[in-house]
Amino acid sequence: MSWLETLRTAVDALRTRRLRSALTMLGILIGIAAVMLTVGLGQGAQKQVTDQINKLGSNLLIVSPGSSPSAGAGGVRGGRGTVGTLTMDDAAILADPAVAPDIARVAPVSSASLALIAGTSTWTSSIVGTTPDWPAVRARTLSEGRFFTADEVIAESPVAVIGSTTATQLLGTTSVVGQTITIGGQNVTVIGVLTAEGSTVGGDQDDVVLVPQSTFAARLSTSANPRSVSTIYVEARDAESLSAAYQETTKALLSSHGVTVATQDFTVSAQQSIVDTATSTSRVLTVLLSSIAAISLLVGGIGVMNIMLVSVTERIREIGLRKALGATPTVILRQFLVEASLLGLVGGLAGISLGLLGAVVLPSIVSFPVAISPVAAAAGLLVSLAIGIAAGVYPASRAARLAPIDALRSE
Amino acid sequence: MTALLDLRGVSKTYSSGALEVAAVRDVDLQVQAGDYLAIMGPSGSGKSTLMHIIGCLDVPSAGHYSLAGEDVSGMTEAQLAVVRNRRIGFVFQQFNLLPTLSAWRNVELPLLYAGVSRSERRQRALTALGRVGLADRVEHRPGELSGGQQQRVSVARALVTEPDLILADEPTGNLDSASTADILALLCELHEQGRTIVLITHEHEVAAAAQRIVVMRDGGLAEPLTPSQAVVGR
Ligand SMILES: Nc1ncnc2c1ncn2[C@@H]1O[C@H](COP(=O)(O)OP(=O)(O)O)[C@@H](O)[C@H]1O
Ligand SMILES: [Mg+2]
Repeated sequence: MSWLETLRTAVDALRTRRLRSALTMLGILIGIAAVMLTVGLGQGAQKQVTDQINKLGSNLLIVSPGSSPSAGAGGVRGGRGTVGTLTMDDAAILADPAVAPDIARVAPVSSASLALIAGTSTWTSSIVGTTPDWPAVRARTLSEGRFFTADEVIAESPVAVIGSTTATQLLGTTSVVGQTITIGGQNVTVIGVLTAEGSTVGGDQDDVVLVPQSTFAARLSTSANPRSVSTIYVEARDAESLSAAYQETTKALLSSHGVTVATQDFTVSAQQSIVDTATSTSRVLTVLLSSIAAISLLVGGIGVMNIMLVSVTERIREIGLRKALGATPTVILRQFLVEASLLGLVGGLAGISLGLLGAVVLPSIVSFPVAISPVAAAAGLLVSLAIGIAAGVYPASRAARLAPIDALRSE
Repeated sequence: MTALLDLRGVSKTYSSGALEVAAVRDVDLQVQAGDYLAIMGPSGSGKSTLMHIIGCLDVPSAGHYSLAGEDVSGMTEAQLAVVRNRRIGFVFQQFNLLPTLSAWRNVELPLLYAGVSRSERRQRALTALGRVGLADRVEHRPGELSGGQQQRVSVARALVTEPDLILADEPTGNLDSASTADILALLCELHEQGRTIVLITHEHEVAAAAQRIVVMRDGGLAEPLTPSQAVVGR
């Protein structure tokens, strides 16, 4: 008997038990759809995190005050984020090509959260004092106006570049170049607006007011040491020089601070390591969720085996008759295997369709990206087929081994 | 000329626990091609067991059985399936039709396992149903047919492969007298067309249709009867 005839017989058998076949497939369907959606959600989350961190800029090193908790064994060192150990002088040293030839640009950053006033409206946002290299280092562009210049930094000019969120919240529009706003009692003139970037792990990247570092230090800073900065962004020349830049940064700061690795009072982190940490966190979550989904797939497989066993028992007379009429054990084995595989395969196909539908519909409901992976879909199909076959082997071999006469006699 | 069926010292013993039941004991039986044999005997005398051996549905515990010159005693289940498919058509007391399939789909089953193409299967199944007078019932399921019609469907299924041998185990056991006459007429017709027929029954009228009758008692063959004796012995 050909495979095509076997397939026809199997389809007939499944069709006569429509409801039961559908319910059995439902187990596989839910399992496959759940696996696809959890993997898709996990991949979507990973991509989102990676994208957001990459938005910070490329080939980036981030120097923050304090030592990282994992850098050494306890002691009286300040934790990460401790204010005061990084200054404008550190930024100047790193920007010196003689000290650090692999560093392209440096952007020191000091920030404070302050109230803004323009006419009758007020708004609180993050005020950042920095240098003209900031847009290049952080890979940001301006949609209007210009960034401040080195001369304006030297002159402590009262100028500001603001984010689009800040502009619309405070002034109702993003065409705000030339307008004056009041920050912490100081009048500053808006000279540029940042191109909108959206939210990242660091919050809304468009709700920010950038002023020259000197202006910030002289007029806005609440810190005891006006020259202290909260972060120094360092951009390496290219991806290959990133680790050299890392070494140079660490060495230069160790010597300028007069500390050793053991008493280090600053932390240099590579953007890639932040990406890796974030990715591995979400990967663990994905694996966890997918294993739960995989268990439901396993339950679906057990359902197929259960139904096939019931089916063999119920159809003992039919099997006996088919054997009496000339079906060999191999033909019977194939028929039941094909039935089980069909349950798996059709259930899997339906599950993939549901998964794809979910991946398209879900993001608009939960505002979370769901990746569609063709590899996961193909793997899901193979897995459901494999589950069908695996679940069918035992029932099918039982059917094949039945003696025709015992099968015919059974009542 | 070698016999179509040749049983020599065939026995079948069932062991249920410590108890050994000899359902068939030491049977010698030859049936020539074209014969019409009836096997009679009281209930439990081993008729069905013997038929299962003749039909290659079961293998003897002892003795030798050749079908058309081939010794089937040592064959594997797969080889036996092929022999059943090629050489034997079965008619059972319980009809044994698949309830989910229409009449013609039931009749085509042996051809399916013989590897016949779909269109030829349908053609031959319809012809066979025509021969048993059911040309207008081909799409009916067994549940939509009377007992007599169902048994005619199984006769059609038995003859669709044009087998050498038709084995009927109490084919009229569940039928009224009119349907019994129909089935016996069909078997006679098949016999006239040259098929070998082995009919099992405990009814004398039914056995009387055969050319030759053997009687079983306690698993063994008793004296042969002639058809006229069968009617008289009632
Ligand atoms: N599978 C079996 N296991 C044990 N004993 C059996 C089995 N099949 C038949 N028998 C016994 O064999 C004897 C003959 O049975 P059977 O061939 O069905 O008789 P008949 O068809 O003449 O009524 C009976 O005593 C029956 O109980
Ligand atoms: Mg019987």
